[in-house]
Amino acid sequence: MIAESENLVIVPRRHIGRIIGAAIVCLALAAIVRAFAVGQIEWNYVAEFLTVEAILKGLVNTIVMAILAMLLGIALGVVFAVMRLSANPVLSMTAVGYIWFFRAVPALLQLLLWFNLALVFPTIGIPGLFAFKTVDVMTPFVAALLGLGIQQGAFTAEVVRAGLLSVDNGQYEAAQTLGMTRLKLLRRIIMPQAMRVIVPPIGNEFIGMVKLTSLASVIQFAEILHSAQNIYYANSRVIELLIVAAIWYLVVVTVLSLVQGRIEAYYARGVAAPARR
Amino acid sequence: MSEILSQATLSTVRTADPDHLAAGAPLVLAQKVEKHFGPLKVLKGIDLAIPKGEVLCIIGPSGSGKSTFLRCINQLERIDGGALWVSGERVGYHRAGNKLYELDDAAIARQRRSIGMVFQRFNLFPHLTALQNIVEGPVQVLGEPAAEATARALALLERVGLAEKRDAYPSQLSGGQQQRVAIARSLAMRPELLLFDEPTSALDPELVSEVLKVMRDLAETGMTMICVTHELGFARDVGHRVAFMDQGQIVELGAPHSVLIDPREARTRAFINAVRH
Repeated sequence: MIAESENLVIVPRRHIGRIIGAAIVCLALAAIVRAFAVGQIEWNYVAEFLTVEAILKGLVNTIVMAILAMLLGIALGVVFAVMRLSANPVLSMTAVGYIWFFRAVPALLQLLLWFNLALVFPTIGIPGLFAFKTVDVMTPFVAALLGLGIQQGAFTAEVVRAGLLSVDNGQYEAAQTLGMTRLKLLRRIIMPQAMRVIVPPIGNEFIGMVKLTSLASVIQFAEILHSAQNIYYANSRVIELLIVAAIWYLVVVTVLSLVQGRIEAYYARGVAAPARR
Repeated sequence: MSEILSQATLSTVRTADPDHLAAGAPLVLAQKVEKHFGPLKVLKGIDLAIPKGEVLCIIGPSGSGKSTFLRCINQLERIDGGALWVSGERVGYHRAGNKLYELDDAAIARQRRSIGMVFQRFNLFPHLTALQNIVEGPVQVLGEPAAEATARALALLERVGLAEKRDAYPSQLSGGQQQRVAIARSLAMRPELLLFDEPTSALDPELVSEVLKVMRDLAETGMTMICVTHELGFARDVGHRVAFMDQGQIVELGAPHSVLIDPREARTRAFINAVRH
Protein backbone atom coordinates (compact mmCIF):
# COMPACT_ATOMS: atom_id res chain seq x y z
CA MET A 1 0.00 0.00 0.00
CA ILE A 2 1.26 3.47 -0.95
CA ALA A 3 0.09 6.46 1.02
CA GLU A 4 -1.55 9.16 -1.15
CA SER A 5 -1.20 12.04 1.26
CA GLU A 6 2.33 13.23 0.35
CA ASN A 7 2.96 16.03 -2.14
CA LEU A 8 3.32 14.11 -5.39
CA VAL A 9 4.89 15.64 -8.49
CA ILE A 10 2.79 15.57 -11.66
CA VAL A 11 4.84 14.78 -14.77
CA PRO A 12 3.16 16.14 -17.93
CA ARG A 13 2.61 13.64 -20.71
CA ARG A 14 4.93 14.03 -23.70
CA HIS A 15 3.10 14.49 -26.97
CA ILE A 16 5.64 12.83 -29.27
CA GLY A 17 3.30 12.90 -32.29
CA ARG A 18 2.77 16.65 -31.98
CA ILE A 19 6.49 17.34 -31.74
CA ILE A 20 7.25 15.26 -34.83
CA GLY A 21 4.39 16.95 -36.70
CA ALA A 22 5.62 20.43 -35.80
CA ALA A 23 9.15 19.51 -36.94
CA ILE A 24 7.88 18.32 -40.32
CA VAL A 25 5.85 21.49 -40.80
CA CYS A 26 8.88 23.67 -39.92
CA LEU A 27 11.01 21.84 -42.46
CA ALA A 28 8.35 22.22 -45.15
CA LEU A 29 7.95 25.95 -44.46
CA ALA A 30 11.74 26.45 -44.54
CA ALA A 31 11.89 24.64 -47.89
CA ILE A 32 9.15 26.85 -49.34
CA VAL A 33 10.82 30.05 -48.13
CA ARG A 34 14.15 28.90 -49.53
CA ALA A 35 12.56 27.96 -52.86
CA PHE A 36 11.13 31.44 -53.28
CA ALA A 37 14.35 33.07 -52.11
CA VAL A 38 16.56 31.28 -54.62
CA GLY A 39 13.85 31.03 -57.31
CA GLN A 40 13.85 33.37 -60.29
CA ILE A 41 11.96 36.19 -58.65
CA GLU A 42 13.35 39.68 -58.82
CA TRP A 43 12.02 40.95 -55.48
CA ASN A 44 13.25 44.46 -56.21
CA TYR A 45 10.72 44.54 -59.09
CA VAL A 46 7.99 43.55 -56.69
CA ALA A 47 8.91 46.46 -54.43
CA GLU A 48 9.18 48.81 -57.37
CA PHE A 49 5.83 47.97 -58.95
CA LEU A 50 3.92 47.69 -55.68
CA THR A 51 3.11 51.43 -55.73
CA VAL A 52 3.25 52.45 -59.39
CA GLU A 53 0.33 54.55 -60.56
CA ALA A 54 -1.26 51.91 -62.80
CA ILE A 55 -1.33 49.38 -59.96
CA LEU A 56 -2.75 51.86 -57.45
CA LYS A 57 -5.45 52.92 -59.94
CA GLY A 58 -6.26 49.25 -60.43
CA LEU A 59 -6.42 48.82 -56.66
CA VAL A 60 -8.88 51.71 -56.35
CA ASN A 61 -10.99 50.25 -59.17
CA THR A 62 -11.01 46.87 -57.44
CA ILE A 63 -12.13 48.37 -54.14
CA VAL A 64 -14.76 50.63 -55.73
CA MET A 65 -16.15 47.76 -57.83
CA ALA A 66 -16.24 45.39 -54.85
CA ILE A 67 -18.13 47.93 -52.73
CA LEU A 68 -20.62 48.95 -55.44
CA ALA A 69 -21.30 45.37 -56.56
CA MET A 70 -21.76 44.34 -52.94
CA LEU A 71 -24.15 47.23 -52.26
CA LEU A 72 -26.16 46.27 -55.34
CA GLY A 73 -26.08 42.65 -54.19
CA ILE A 74 -27.29 43.52 -50.68
CA ALA A 75 -30.07 45.77 -52.00
CA LEU A 76 -31.26 43.05 -54.39
CA GLY A 77 -30.78 40.42 -51.69
CA VAL A 78 -33.03 42.23 -49.19
CA VAL A 79 -35.73 42.83 -51.82
CA PHE A 80 -35.74 39.22 -53.06
CA ALA A 81 -35.55 37.78 -49.53
CA VAL A 82 -38.67 39.73 -48.54
CA MET A 83 -40.35 38.71 -51.82
CA ARG A 84 -39.43 35.08 -51.20
CA LEU A 85 -41.16 35.22 -47.80
CA SER A 86 -44.25 36.92 -49.28
CA ALA A 87 -47.61 35.16 -49.11
CA ASN A 88 -48.21 36.15 -52.74
CA PRO A 89 -47.15 33.18 -54.93
CA VAL A 90 -46.15 35.40 -57.89
CA LEU A 91 -43.75 37.38 -55.73
CA SER A 92 -42.28 34.38 -53.94
CA MET A 93 -41.89 32.27 -57.10
CA THR A 94 -40.24 35.17 -58.93
CA ALA A 95 -37.71 35.38 -56.10
CA VAL A 96 -37.15 31.62 -56.25
CA GLY A 97 -36.56 31.88 -60.02
CA TYR A 98 -34.10 34.76 -59.64
CA ILE A 99 -32.13 32.92 -56.98
CA TRP A 100 -32.16 29.72 -59.03
CA PHE A 101 -30.90 31.34 -62.24
CA PHE A 102 -28.25 33.69 -60.94
CA ARG A 103 -26.82 31.21 -58.47
CA ALA A 104 -26.54 28.52 -61.12
CA VAL A 105 -24.85 30.44 -63.95
CA PRO A 106 -21.09 31.01 -63.33
CA ALA A 107 -20.09 34.60 -62.55
CA LEU A 108 -17.55 34.71 -65.39
CA LEU A 109 -20.21 33.61 -67.87
CA GLN A 110 -22.61 36.27 -66.54
CA LEU A 111 -19.95 38.96 -66.99
CA LEU A 112 -19.45 37.90 -70.60
CA LEU A 113 -23.23 37.89 -71.17
CA TRP A 114 -23.65 41.45 -69.85
CA PHE A 115 -20.60 42.69 -71.75
CA ASN A 116 -21.94 41.23 -74.99
CA LEU A 117 -25.52 42.35 -74.42
CA ALA A 118 -25.31 44.49 -77.56
CA LEU A 119 -25.40 41.31 -79.62
CA VAL A 120 -28.94 40.67 -78.30
CA PHE A 121 -30.23 44.22 -77.89
CA PRO A 122 -28.42 46.71 -80.17
CA THR A 123 -30.24 49.58 -78.43
CA ILE A 124 -31.79 49.88 -75.00
CA GLY A 125 -34.32 52.40 -73.72
CA ILE A 126 -38.04 53.04 -73.70
CA PRO A 127 -39.38 53.12 -77.28
CA GLY A 128 -40.51 56.61 -78.28
CA LEU A 129 -38.95 58.22 -75.21
CA PHE A 130 -35.24 57.57 -75.41
CA ALA A 131 -32.82 54.98 -76.69
CA PHE A 132 -29.11 54.37 -76.30
CA LYS A 133 -26.72 52.23 -78.25
CA THR A 134 -26.00 49.29 -75.98
CA VAL A 135 -22.26 49.31 -76.77
CA ASP A 136 -22.05 52.86 -75.40
CA VAL A 137 -23.92 52.03 -72.21
CA MET A 138 -22.45 48.61 -71.51
CA THR A 139 -18.92 49.72 -70.62
CA PRO A 140 -16.63 47.26 -68.84
CA PHE A 141 -17.50 49.07 -65.59
CA VAL A 142 -21.28 48.75 -66.06
CA ALA A 143 -21.06 45.16 -67.26
CA ALA A 144 -18.90 44.19 -64.29
CA LEU A 145 -21.16 45.98 -61.83
CA LEU A 146 -24.31 44.34 -63.18
CA GLY A 147 -22.77 40.91 -63.58
CA LEU A 148 -21.19 40.80 -60.12
CA GLY A 149 -23.97 42.67 -58.28
CA ILE A 150 -26.86 40.68 -59.66
CA GLN A 151 -25.30 37.29 -59.04
CA GLN A 152 -24.31 38.47 -55.56
CA GLY A 153 -27.95 39.41 -54.93
CA ALA A 154 -28.98 35.81 -55.45
CA PHE A 155 -26.59 34.58 -52.76
CA THR A 156 -27.35 37.47 -50.43
CA ALA A 157 -31.10 36.87 -50.72
CA GLU A 158 -30.65 33.45 -49.13
CA VAL A 159 -28.47 34.88 -46.37
CA VAL A 160 -31.00 37.63 -45.61
CA ARG A 161 -33.87 35.12 -45.65
CA ALA A 162 -32.06 32.95 -43.11
CA GLY A 163 -31.54 36.07 -40.98
CA LEU A 164 -35.21 37.05 -41.11
CA LEU A 165 -36.30 33.52 -40.22
CA SER A 166 -33.92 33.48 -37.26
CA VAL A 167 -35.90 36.19 -35.46
CA ASP A 168 -38.49 34.84 -33.03
CA ASN A 169 -42.14 35.28 -33.98
CA GLY A 170 -42.75 36.93 -30.60
CA GLN A 171 -40.65 39.87 -31.80
CA TYR A 172 -43.05 40.46 -34.71
CA GLU A 173 -46.01 40.24 -32.32
CA ALA A 174 -44.50 42.60 -29.75
CA ALA A 175 -43.72 45.17 -32.46
CA GLN A 176 -47.20 44.81 -33.98
CA THR A 177 -48.72 45.28 -30.55
CA LEU A 178 -46.91 48.61 -30.27
CA GLY A 179 -48.76 49.66 -33.42
CA MET A 180 -45.86 49.42 -35.85
CA THR A 181 -46.63 49.03 -39.53
CA ARG A 182 -44.96 46.19 -41.40
CA LEU A 183 -42.20 48.31 -42.93
CA LYS A 184 -41.32 50.03 -39.67
CA LEU A 185 -41.37 46.72 -37.83
CA LEU A 186 -38.91 45.20 -40.30
CA ARG A 187 -36.62 48.21 -40.22
CA ARG A 188 -36.63 48.94 -36.48
CA ILE A 189 -37.07 45.54 -34.83
CA ILE A 190 -36.53 42.60 -37.16
CA MET A 191 -33.61 43.67 -39.37
CA PRO A 192 -31.36 44.80 -36.49
CA GLN A 193 -31.77 41.35 -34.95
CA ALA A 194 -31.45 39.52 -38.25
CA MET A 195 -28.19 41.39 -38.87
CA ARG A 196 -26.49 39.34 -36.17
CA VAL A 197 -27.09 36.26 -38.31
CA ILE A 198 -26.59 38.05 -41.65
CA VAL A 199 -23.32 39.91 -41.04
CA PRO A 200 -20.85 37.00 -40.72
CA PRO A 201 -21.79 35.35 -44.05
CA ILE A 202 -22.09 38.75 -45.77
CA GLY A 203 -18.59 39.63 -44.58
CA ASN A 204 -17.46 36.33 -45.99
CA GLU A 205 -19.18 37.10 -49.29
CA PHE A 206 -17.69 40.59 -49.38
CA ILE A 207 -14.22 39.03 -49.19
CA GLY A 208 -15.27 36.69 -51.97
CA MET A 209 -16.46 39.69 -53.98
CA VAL A 210 -13.08 41.45 -53.69
CA LYS A 211 -11.53 38.44 -55.36
CA LEU A 212 -14.40 37.96 -57.85
CA THR A 213 -13.68 41.42 -59.26
CA SER A 214 -10.54 39.88 -60.79
CA LEU A 215 -12.87 38.10 -63.23
CA ALA A 216 -13.73 41.51 -64.66
CA SER A 217 -10.19 41.66 -66.09
CA VAL A 218 -11.56 39.36 -68.80
CA ILE A 219 -13.94 42.09 -70.02
CA GLN A 220 -11.21 44.76 -69.94
CA PHE A 221 -12.22 46.36 -66.66
CA ALA A 222 -9.07 48.02 -65.29
CA GLU A 223 -9.01 46.41 -61.85
CA ILE A 224 -5.75 45.45 -60.20
CA LEU A 225 -5.18 42.10 -61.91
CA HIS A 226 -5.89 43.67 -65.30
CA SER A 227 -3.36 46.43 -64.55
CA ALA A 228 -0.77 43.87 -63.44
CA GLN A 229 -1.32 41.90 -66.63
CA ASN A 230 -0.98 45.01 -68.79
CA ILE A 231 2.36 45.75 -67.18
CA TYR A 232 3.74 42.24 -67.54
CA TYR A 233 2.64 42.05 -71.17
CA ALA A 234 5.07 44.95 -71.66
CA ASN A 235 7.97 43.99 -69.38
CA SER A 236 7.53 40.21 -69.02
CA ARG A 237 7.90 40.33 -65.22
CA VAL A 238 4.92 37.95 -64.89
CA ILE A 239 5.51 36.45 -61.46
CA GLU A 240 6.68 39.69 -59.89
CA LEU A 241 3.50 41.51 -60.93
CA LEU A 242 1.26 38.66 -59.91
CA ILE A 243 2.91 38.83 -56.49
CA VAL A 244 2.23 42.57 -56.40
CA ALA A 245 -1.45 41.95 -57.07
CA ALA A 246 -1.55 39.13 -54.50
CA ILE A 247 -0.03 41.41 -51.84
CA TRP A 248 -2.73 44.03 -52.43
CA TYR A 249 -5.52 41.43 -52.26
CA LEU A 250 -4.06 40.24 -48.94
CA VAL A 251 -4.01 43.80 -47.62
CA VAL A 252 -7.61 44.57 -48.65
CA VAL A 253 -8.98 41.29 -47.31
CA THR A 254 -7.11 41.71 -44.01
CA VAL A 255 -8.58 45.19 -43.52
CA LEU A 256 -12.05 43.89 -44.40
CA SER A 257 -11.74 41.06 -41.86
CA LEU A 258 -10.94 43.58 -39.13
CA VAL A 259 -13.92 45.75 -40.12
CA GLN A 260 -16.15 42.67 -40.17
CA GLY A 261 -15.17 41.84 -36.59
CA ARG A 262 -16.18 45.35 -35.47
CA ILE A 263 -19.54 45.18 -37.24
CA GLU A 264 -20.28 41.74 -35.76
CA ALA A 265 -19.54 43.02 -32.28
CA TYR A 266 -21.95 45.92 -32.84
CA TYR A 267 -24.87 43.72 -33.88
CA ALA A 268 -24.17 41.18 -31.15
CA ARG A 269 -24.97 43.77 -28.48
CA GLY A 270 -27.66 42.66 -26.12
CA VAL A 271 -27.49 39.04 -27.16
CA ALA A 272 -23.87 38.21 -26.40
CA ALA A 273 -23.22 41.06 -23.98
CA PRO A 274 -22.59 39.02 -20.82
CA ALA A 275 -20.66 36.28 -22.63
CA ARG A 276 -18.19 38.65 -24.27
CA ARG A 277 -14.80 39.68 -22.84
CA MET B 1 -77.39 34.69 -19.91
CA SER B 2 -74.26 36.62 -20.81
CA GLU B 3 -75.31 36.42 -24.43
CA ILE B 4 -78.63 38.12 -23.80
CA LEU B 5 -76.84 40.73 -21.73
CA SER B 6 -74.39 41.52 -24.48
CA GLN B 7 -77.09 41.60 -27.17
CA ALA B 8 -78.98 44.11 -25.09
CA THR B 9 -75.83 46.14 -24.59
CA LEU B 10 -75.10 46.15 -28.30
CA SER B 11 -78.57 47.29 -29.33
CA THR B 12 -78.45 50.17 -26.87
CA VAL B 13 -75.14 51.51 -28.13
CA ARG B 14 -75.59 51.05 -31.88
CA THR B 15 -75.31 54.15 -34.04
CA ALA B 16 -76.07 54.87 -37.69
CA ASP B 17 -72.38 54.29 -38.42
CA PRO B 18 -71.90 50.50 -38.48
CA ASP B 19 -68.23 50.78 -37.51
CA HIS B 20 -68.72 52.92 -34.40
CA LEU B 21 -70.70 52.60 -31.18
CA ALA B 22 -72.31 55.40 -29.21
CA ALA B 23 -70.58 57.08 -26.31
CA GLY B 24 -71.05 55.08 -23.13
CA ALA B 25 -70.46 51.77 -24.89
CA PRO B 26 -68.30 49.24 -23.05
CA LEU B 27 -64.57 49.58 -23.74
CA VAL B 28 -64.53 46.06 -25.15
CA LEU B 29 -67.61 44.51 -26.68
CA ALA B 30 -67.53 41.02 -28.16
CA GLN B 31 -70.55 39.64 -29.95
CA LYS B 32 -70.57 35.98 -31.02
CA VAL B 33 -66.85 36.06 -31.73
CA GLU B 34 -65.66 32.98 -33.59
CA LYS B 35 -62.18 31.81 -34.55
CA HIS B 36 -61.26 28.69 -36.49
CA PHE B 37 -57.90 27.13 -37.14
CA GLY B 38 -58.75 24.99 -40.14
CA PRO B 39 -61.51 22.62 -39.04
CA LEU B 40 -60.78 23.32 -35.37
CA LYS B 41 -63.18 25.80 -33.77
CA VAL B 42 -61.16 27.58 -31.12
CA LEU B 43 -63.74 30.22 -30.24
CA LYS B 44 -67.40 29.28 -30.53
CA GLY B 45 -69.25 32.54 -30.12
CA ILE B 46 -67.84 34.66 -27.31
CA ASP B 47 -70.15 37.35 -25.93
CA LEU B 48 -68.58 39.75 -23.51
CA ALA B 49 -68.89 43.37 -22.46
CA ILE B 50 -66.05 44.95 -20.50
CA PRO B 51 -66.64 48.43 -19.09
CA LYS B 52 -63.85 50.95 -18.72
CA GLY B 53 -61.80 50.43 -15.58
CA GLU B 54 -62.68 46.79 -15.13
CA VAL B 55 -60.13 44.09 -14.35
CA LEU B 56 -61.34 40.87 -15.93
CA CYS B 57 -59.46 37.65 -15.26
CA ILE B 58 -59.94 34.77 -17.65
CA ILE B 59 -59.15 31.32 -16.34
CA GLY B 60 -59.54 27.91 -17.93
CA PRO B 61 -57.65 24.82 -19.08
CA SER B 62 -55.07 25.05 -21.84
CA GLY B 63 -56.64 24.91 -25.27
CA SER B 64 -59.83 26.52 -23.99
CA GLY B 65 -59.33 29.51 -26.32
CA LYS B 66 -58.60 32.15 -23.66
CA SER B 67 -55.29 33.24 -25.18
CA THR B 68 -56.79 33.17 -28.67
CA PHE B 69 -59.61 35.47 -27.54
CA LEU B 70 -57.04 37.88 -26.10
CA ARG B 71 -55.07 37.79 -29.34
CA CYS B 72 -58.23 38.51 -31.34
CA ILE B 73 -58.76 41.74 -29.38
CA ASN B 74 -55.52 43.26 -30.70
CA GLN B 75 -55.67 41.44 -34.03
CA LEU B 76 -52.76 39.08 -33.64
CA GLU B 77 -55.51 36.72 -34.80
CA ARG B 78 -58.29 37.70 -37.21
CA ILE B 79 -61.81 36.78 -36.13
CA ASP B 80 -63.83 34.53 -38.46
CA GLY B 81 -67.29 35.38 -37.20
CA GLY B 82 -69.19 37.76 -34.94
CA ALA B 83 -67.97 41.23 -34.14
CA LEU B 84 -65.57 42.90 -31.79
CA TRP B 85 -65.47 46.55 -30.75
CA VAL B 86 -62.71 48.26 -28.77
CA SER B 87 -63.14 51.87 -27.64
CA GLY B 88 -66.36 51.97 -29.64
CA GLU B 89 -64.63 51.10 -32.91
CA ARG B 90 -65.10 47.91 -34.90
CA VAL B 91 -61.92 45.82 -34.77
CA GLY B 92 -60.21 44.66 -37.97
CA TYR B 93 -62.98 45.39 -40.47
CA HIS B 94 -64.92 48.18 -42.09
CA ARG B 95 -68.57 47.40 -42.73
CA ALA B 96 -70.35 48.60 -45.83
CA GLY B 97 -73.81 47.17 -46.40
CA ASN B 98 -73.64 43.46 -45.71
CA LYS B 99 -69.95 43.18 -46.36
CA LEU B 100 -66.99 43.43 -44.02
CA TYR B 101 -63.82 44.74 -45.63
CA GLU B 102 -60.48 43.79 -44.05
CA LEU B 103 -58.62 46.87 -42.82
CA ASP B 104 -55.22 47.69 -44.27
CA ASP B 105 -51.89 47.51 -42.45
CA ALA B 106 -51.90 51.16 -41.35
CA ALA B 107 -55.47 51.04 -39.99
CA ILE B 108 -54.78 47.86 -38.03
CA ALA B 109 -51.60 49.40 -36.64
CA ARG B 110 -53.57 52.48 -35.56
CA GLN B 111 -56.19 50.36 -33.78
CA ARG B 112 -53.49 48.45 -31.93
CA ARG B 113 -51.89 51.60 -30.52
CA SER B 114 -54.45 51.99 -27.75
CA ILE B 115 -54.17 48.34 -26.70
CA GLY B 116 -51.14 47.18 -24.75
CA MET B 117 -50.16 43.55 -24.53
CA VAL B 118 -47.92 41.69 -22.13
CA PHE B 119 -46.75 38.29 -23.31
CA GLN B 120 -46.01 35.07 -21.49
CA ARG B 121 -42.48 35.08 -22.93
CA PHE B 122 -41.96 38.87 -22.43
CA ASN B 123 -40.82 39.46 -26.04
CA LEU B 124 -38.59 42.38 -25.12
CA PHE B 125 -36.45 43.57 -28.02
CA PRO B 126 -33.07 41.95 -27.24
CA HIS B 127 -31.00 44.45 -29.22
CA LEU B 128 -32.31 47.38 -27.18
CA THR B 129 -31.68 48.30 -23.55
CA ALA B 130 -34.53 48.41 -21.03
CA LEU B 131 -34.88 52.15 -21.55
CA GLN B 132 -34.71 51.89 -25.36
CA ASN B 133 -37.37 49.16 -25.30
CA ILE B 134 -39.76 51.56 -23.57
CA VAL B 135 -38.87 54.60 -25.70
CA GLU B 136 -39.18 52.74 -29.02
CA GLY B 137 -43.00 52.79 -29.30
CA PRO B 138 -43.67 56.41 -28.27
CA VAL B 139 -40.92 57.77 -30.54
CA GLN B 140 -41.38 55.52 -33.56
CA VAL B 141 -45.16 55.08 -33.50
CA LEU B 142 -46.57 58.09 -31.66
CA GLY B 143 -43.90 60.47 -32.96
CA GLU B 144 -43.12 61.76 -29.48
CA PRO B 145 -39.92 63.86 -29.07
CA ALA B 146 -37.08 61.65 -27.79
CA ALA B 147 -36.44 63.79 -24.70
CA GLU B 148 -40.07 63.63 -23.59
CA ALA B 149 -40.33 59.89 -24.27
CA THR B 150 -37.13 59.24 -22.34
CA ALA B 151 -38.36 61.22 -19.35
CA ARG B 152 -41.64 59.27 -19.32
CA ALA B 153 -39.77 55.98 -19.78
CA LEU B 154 -37.57 56.71 -16.78
CA ALA B 155 -40.64 57.47 -14.71
CA LEU B 156 -42.20 54.17 -15.83
CA LEU B 157 -39.02 52.25 -14.95
CA GLU B 158 -39.20 53.90 -11.53
CA ARG B 159 -42.80 52.81 -11.22
CA VAL B 160 -41.99 49.15 -11.90
CA GLY B 161 -38.97 49.41 -9.56
CA LEU B 162 -36.25 49.08 -12.17
CA ALA B 163 -34.81 52.58 -12.46
CA GLU B 164 -31.27 51.31 -11.95
CA LYS B 165 -31.64 48.82 -14.84
CA ARG B 166 -32.22 51.46 -17.52
CA ASP B 167 -29.10 50.53 -19.50
CA ALA B 168 -29.31 46.76 -19.05
CA TYR B 169 -30.08 44.56 -22.03
CA PRO B 170 -32.92 42.04 -21.64
CA SER B 171 -30.42 39.16 -21.53
CA GLN B 172 -28.95 40.72 -18.38
CA LEU B 173 -32.32 40.81 -16.57
CA SER B 174 -34.18 38.09 -14.69
CA GLY B 175 -37.51 36.88 -16.02
CA GLY B 176 -39.43 38.94 -13.48
CA GLN B 177 -37.45 42.06 -14.32
CA GLN B 178 -37.97 41.49 -18.06
CA GLN B 179 -41.70 41.17 -17.54
CA ARG B 180 -41.80 44.39 -15.51
CA VAL B 181 -39.93 46.19 -18.32
CA ALA B 182 -42.44 44.69 -20.77
CA ILE B 183 -45.30 46.10 -18.71
CA ALA B 184 -43.58 49.51 -18.67
CA ARG B 185 -43.11 49.25 -22.43
CA SER B 186 -46.83 48.74 -23.03
CA LEU B 187 -47.74 51.51 -20.55
CA ALA B 188 -45.51 53.94 -22.46
CA MET B 189 -48.03 53.83 -25.31
CA ARG B 190 -50.69 55.26 -22.93
CA PRO B 191 -53.05 52.38 -23.66
CA GLU B 192 -56.75 52.39 -22.85
CA LEU B 193 -56.67 48.64 -22.41
CA LEU B 194 -53.99 46.23 -21.26
CA LEU B 195 -54.00 42.56 -22.21
CA PHE B 196 -52.01 40.08 -20.14
CA ASP B 197 -51.39 36.67 -21.71
CA GLU B 198 -50.32 34.40 -18.83
CA PRO B 199 -47.74 36.99 -17.70
CA THR B 200 -46.33 34.85 -14.88
CA SER B 201 -46.42 31.40 -16.46
CA ALA B 202 -42.83 31.53 -17.75
CA LEU B 203 -41.40 32.80 -14.47
CA ASP B 204 -39.54 30.99 -11.73
CA PRO B 205 -41.90 30.70 -8.73
CA GLU B 206 -40.00 33.20 -6.58
CA LEU B 207 -40.30 35.88 -9.31
CA VAL B 208 -44.07 35.65 -9.75
CA SER B 209 -44.97 37.96 -6.89
CA GLU B 210 -42.93 40.94 -8.13
CA VAL B 211 -44.85 40.90 -11.42
CA LEU B 212 -48.21 40.41 -9.73
CA LYS B 213 -47.45 43.37 -7.46
CA VAL B 214 -46.93 45.64 -10.47
CA MET B 215 -50.20 44.37 -11.94
CA ARG B 216 -52.03 45.00 -8.65
CA ASP B 217 -50.71 48.57 -8.53
CA LEU B 218 -51.83 49.03 -12.10
CA ALA B 219 -55.33 47.75 -11.35
CA GLU B 220 -55.61 50.30 -8.54
CA THR B 221 -54.97 53.15 -10.97
CA GLY B 222 -58.17 52.22 -12.78
CA MET B 223 -56.55 50.68 -15.86
CA THR B 224 -58.83 48.40 -17.83
CA MET B 225 -57.16 44.99 -17.83
CA ILE B 226 -57.92 41.58 -19.28
CA CYS B 227 -55.69 38.98 -17.65
CA VAL B 228 -55.45 35.41 -18.84
CA THR B 229 -53.92 33.80 -15.80
CA HIS B 230 -53.47 30.66 -13.75
CA GLU B 231 -52.99 32.72 -10.60
CA LEU B 232 -56.35 32.12 -8.93
CA GLY B 233 -55.28 34.13 -5.89
CA PHE B 234 -54.61 37.16 -8.10
CA ALA B 235 -57.94 36.65 -9.89
CA ARG B 236 -59.76 36.52 -6.54
CA ASP B 237 -58.05 39.56 -5.00
CA VAL B 238 -57.65 41.88 -7.96
CA GLY B 239 -60.23 40.81 -10.53
CA HIS B 240 -63.57 42.63 -10.62
CA ARG B 241 -65.00 39.73 -12.55
CA VAL B 242 -63.69 36.30 -13.46
CA ALA B 243 -64.56 34.38 -16.61
CA PHE B 244 -64.07 30.64 -16.86
CA MET B 245 -63.52 29.44 -20.42
CA ASP B 246 -63.64 25.88 -21.70
CA GLN B 247 -63.72 24.51 -25.24
CA GLY B 248 -64.03 27.89 -26.90
CA GLN B 249 -66.86 29.19 -24.76
CA ILE B 250 -67.32 31.29 -21.66
CA VAL B 251 -68.82 28.76 -19.28
CA GLU B 252 -69.18 31.00 -16.28
CA LEU B 253 -68.77 34.71 -15.69
CA GLY B 254 -69.25 36.62 -12.47
CA ALA B 255 -67.79 38.06 -9.32
CA PRO B 256 -64.52 36.39 -8.25
CA HIS B 257 -66.04 34.86 -5.15
CA SER B 258 -68.98 33.31 -6.93
CA VAL B 259 -66.87 31.83 -9.77
CA LEU B 260 -63.80 30.79 -7.79
CA ILE B 261 -65.29 29.75 -4.46
CA ASP B 262 -68.85 28.80 -5.20
CA PRO B 263 -69.01 28.00 -8.93
CA ARG B 264 -72.38 27.16 -10.47
CA GLU B 265 -71.04 24.94 -13.25
CA ALA B 266 -69.57 21.49 -12.71
CA ARG B 267 -66.82 22.15 -15.27
CA THR B 268 -65.68 25.25 -13.38
CA ARG B 269 -65.65 23.36 -10.11
CA ALA B 270 -63.61 20.50 -11.63
CA PHE B 271 -61.05 22.94 -13.07
CA ILE B 272 -60.64 24.89 -9.84
CA ASN B 273 -60.24 21.72 -7.83
CA ALA B 274 -57.65 20.42 -10.29
CA VAL B 275 -55.63 23.67 -10.11
CA ARG B 276 -55.84 23.88 -6.32
CA HIS B 277 -54.55 20.37 -5.70
